[in-house]
Amino acid sequence: MPDVDQVLRALGIVVVTAPLVFTVLLGLSSIIGRRLSEEATTRLGHGTIVTGLTAAITILGIMLWYDKHHVEIQLGNWVKIQQHGTPTGESEAPGEAGNHDTATHDTVGHDPNGQEIATHETAAGAATAGPADEPSAGGEEHHHLYHFSVKVVFDRLSVPFAILSFVLSGTIGAFASQYVHREPGFNRFFVLYAIFVQGMVLTALAGTIETLFTGWEMVGLSSILLVAFYQERPAPPRNALWVWVVYRVSDAALLLAAVVMHHLKGEGDFDRFLGQGEWPRQVSALDPQQALIVGLLLLVAIAGKSALVPFSGWLPRAMEGPTPSSAVFYGALSVHLGAFLLLRISPLLDVSPVLSVAVVMLGLMTAIVAHMAGGVQTDIKSALSFASLVQVGIIVSEIGLGMRYVPLIHLLGHACLRTLQFIRAPTLLQDYRTLENAIGEHLPHGQAGIERYRIWLYRWSIERAYLDSILSEYILYPFLRIFRWCDGMERRWTDFLSRGTSRDSDQVQSAAGGIDELA
Amino acid sequence: MTVLQLPWLELSIAIAICGSLFVSRWRDPSRAYHWGLVCIGVVFACTLVAWLGYYLGVTDDELNRFSPQLKLFGRRLFSLDELSSPLVPTVALLHFLTALATARTKMRRYSFSWSLAAEAIRLATFSCEEPWVVVGLLAVATVPPYIELVNRNRPTRVYVLHMALFVTLLIGGWSLVAAAGGSYTSSQANIGTILLMAAILVRCGSIPAHCWVTDWFEHASFGIGLLFVVPLSGVYAAVRLVLPIAPEWGLRGIGLISLATAVYASGMSIVQRDARRFFAYLFLSHASLVLVGLELRTPLSLTASLCLWFSEMLSLGGFGLALRALEARFGRLSLVKFQGLYSHSPSLAVCFMLTGLACVGFPATVGFISTELLVDSAVSFSSSVCVAVLAATALNGISIVRAYLLLFTGARHVSAVSLEIGLRERIAVLTLAALILGGGIFPQPGVSSRYQAAEEILQRRDQAKLAETKPPTEMQPISK
Repeated sequence: MPDVDQVLRALGIVVVTAPLVFTVLLGLSSIIGRRLSEEATTRLGHGTIVTGLTAAITILGIMLWYDKHHVEIQLGNWVKIQQHGTPTGESEAPGEAGNHDTATHDTVGHDPNGQEIATHETAAGAATAGPADEPSAGGEEHHHLYHFSVKVVFDRLSVPFAILSFVLSGTIGAFASQYVHREPGFNRFFVLYAIFVQGMVLTALAGTIETLFTGWEMVGLSSILLVAFYQERPAPPRNALWVWVVYRVSDAALLLAAVVMHHLKGEGDFDRFLGQGEWPRQVSALDPQQALIVGLLLLVAIAGKSALVPFSGWLPRAMEGPTPSSAVFYGALSVHLGAFLLLRISPLLDVSPVLSVAVVMLGLMTAIVAHMAGGVQTDIKSALSFASLVQVGIIVSEIGLGMRYVPLIHLLGHACLRTLQFIRAPTLLQDYRTLENAIGEHLPHGQAGIERYRIWLYRWSIERAYLDSILSEYILYPFLRIFRWCDGMERRWTDFLSRGTSRDSDQVQSAAGGIDELA
Repeated sequence: MTVLQLPWLELSIAIAICGSLFVSRWRDPSRAYHWGLVCIGVVFACTLVAWLGYYLGVTDDELNRFSPQLKLFGRRLFSLDELSSPLVPTVALLHFLTALATARTKMRRYSFSWSLAAEAIRLATFSCEEPWVVVGLLAVATVPPYIELVNRNRPTRVYVLHMALFVTLLIGGWSLVAAAGGSYTSSQANIGTILLMAAILVRCGSIPAHCWVTDWFEHASFGIGLLFVVPLSGVYAAVRLVLPIAPEWGLRGIGLISLATAVYASGMSIVQRDARRFFAYLFLSHASLVLVGLELRTPLSLTASLCLWFSEMLSLGGFGLALRALEARFGRLSLVKFQGLYSHSPSLAVCFMLTGLACVGFPATVGFISTELLVDSAVSFSSSVCVAVLAATALNGISIVRAYLLLFTGARHVSAVSLEIGLRERIAVLTLAALILGGGIFPQPGVSSRYQAAEEILQRRDQAKLAETKPPTEMQPISK
């Protein structure tokens, strides 16, 4: 009879691998040119979501039943380099995880022989070894030059977010199977959808910053390719490129933060720098200055992913994608990913008041800008996207003010509401007409608050606080000008060396429209 | 005796040379293609068995029994070690897949004879540790590309000037180092090392001597162009010739120039209006990142660099093959307008994206761990180096997605004939895709092997330093 920890481990693996199987099957069939039928894809998607969701809910039930607040599942080291002796690729034994100085956590893992064991770590175990040292069987000390561990964590933050991801992804998957039915891009949509679900689940459950980064990147890539879903028009790819640029800045900041944390603490496990204990009662192991540096880097990453100021401009651009993807990505899940990460690293905010103030200010500014811009939008998806952003700004401010459960509940509720609004958006006029027919008169049209404002404020709002213009004018265009100048100089240099025209590529012709914000 | 004890490495080089002569007899492009492909395939198989033998622990003594090298040279000039064992079959694989994926329309342009000759030189270079032989082979390797340009009636001046500079610096540098007789801190050796480092920078296309790479891609056929640069022979020269003897300040200098090149080239790749030039800058950026890792001189950075080298060979090779397949269908590709090619070749679009993302270290691809390791080691060295490395990778990521969007999205390209990927091309890109994903999902064996190679290189460097404090002796090879 398996004990509870073995059951938890098995269920945890199911939660993570269910979307992985979906992604691999769809991806491989696409690469080898044997695409699954629409029906098979839909069924596979449903099966994945139901399996993952059931496992996640079961984990929640077990945690509630046994009063467990924090369950870590160590899936082993993806890569490990030991300085002395031969580097090995064996899965990390829980004993290694047990070296982590946890007092109350449950860690479920495998011993080297594959026997499942559960360790209930104690504070005493903490002192046995540093983060990177471990004794080998022969007594020789191995120092981890580098290791990339894969660990998932089920706690009060990750479980609700993972369940939310499954619920909303499942809803949207069912909706999308009708929405893109017989579209040429049906298979493409679901491949990207599968990558997105995988990324969301990994990000939600990540126990290390590297695991989180993996999920974060998957979400980013699938997002931009779905923005460019209707790829025969010029606007979607152009906007996708803009979103990708912002995401790359965000990813670079996150990677830098990950590396700085690795550098400070020797490994990227969250409990190494966020401190021991259960979320949200951890006490960070970093000092205020370290917390500020890491926190600011993460804040850039969060601002990029959640469209906070000054990156807010990408959100309405992302509405070029099909409505189901807009709903689940930018209305519900992806846009909240930044807030989720902020909640995950909230112990850093407790350490650094400066960081908390920065978070509050950023949230408020975003909410104000989004409110003003949202008031002057003329299409429903853009208006909804800015409405989402207002709430995200408020959630971020709540986190900065020291609240933890309130923003979490706010986030969950808002994501569900906004998904519903987004998937009703294509039929909004029909809904209004039905409603007006039912009540026998026109619905009252609300007075847009913005009309009361002066004309400059109106312009400010319709230009979305000039955020995109500022980024373009002061960063993008100077960048392009510099490199185009260099390109011109190189042309002169190679022409000089060749004693004639050196570039065959100048004669290359092509048809169709240009891309260019970046050309 | 087992089959693995046969001299497979020597056999592969010999088959490449003989194959080159044999294929040169065929005037019919189709027959030249078939025989050329057979020869390149056999060469690849031989290198694979040689690698397997090394991996399974066949010793030098066992290999010496049947090796003709002892009779020919009196010693083993060409052999595999921890560094070269995976590189040699990878180079052969790249040659094989490039030949395999050559479209019928391009068979006339792609010279299988010269390709085999260049492969023989490359395999010999990558399996050689003797400095003078490496210098000679690197110099000889510059000839087939020149002939390629001449045969195509393309301008050669930019290439010739840079390669002449490279060969002069290389021979001059090593002559001075050799003349110093093991005293690597003497002024003569220092000047020699500086010349060698300059040669490496020219060969790797570091700024300001990088224009030959873009010019080369402008004028050479894509397949030949790809095979000349992607194996990163310059980096091999850096590892074998410079790294063991270069002073700290010299390595720091190379590191800084490489870092500047990585960022500059990644920025330049974003503003390119032609797919080949875009690829050339992408290559320059990655080659420089590999050099950055080498020059940081820590076991971790060196491991990162070697992993990156290996992953770049696969991912840039695959990316280049995808671009080449597109070119075979649509001609030279402009990056000014949307081309709308997705609907004609969705598989190529997927391969383009997959290999492109592997270049920039997307999760679950072979480049991910390499980039992680490089960034991790860079931050230990200096935060500004780390920021520059991150900036380069971020910019490369932007330029790859930009190229993808420009090539594959937009109003559908109208064509009366099917432009879908062919079976041979599909096999080539799928093989690379499998290696890219396999290496990304199971990175540990590759990382372990590269770590051991890094330790060997550092050990060699320590050995050279020690030798300086003692009476000069010949540098001993590191035993397996």
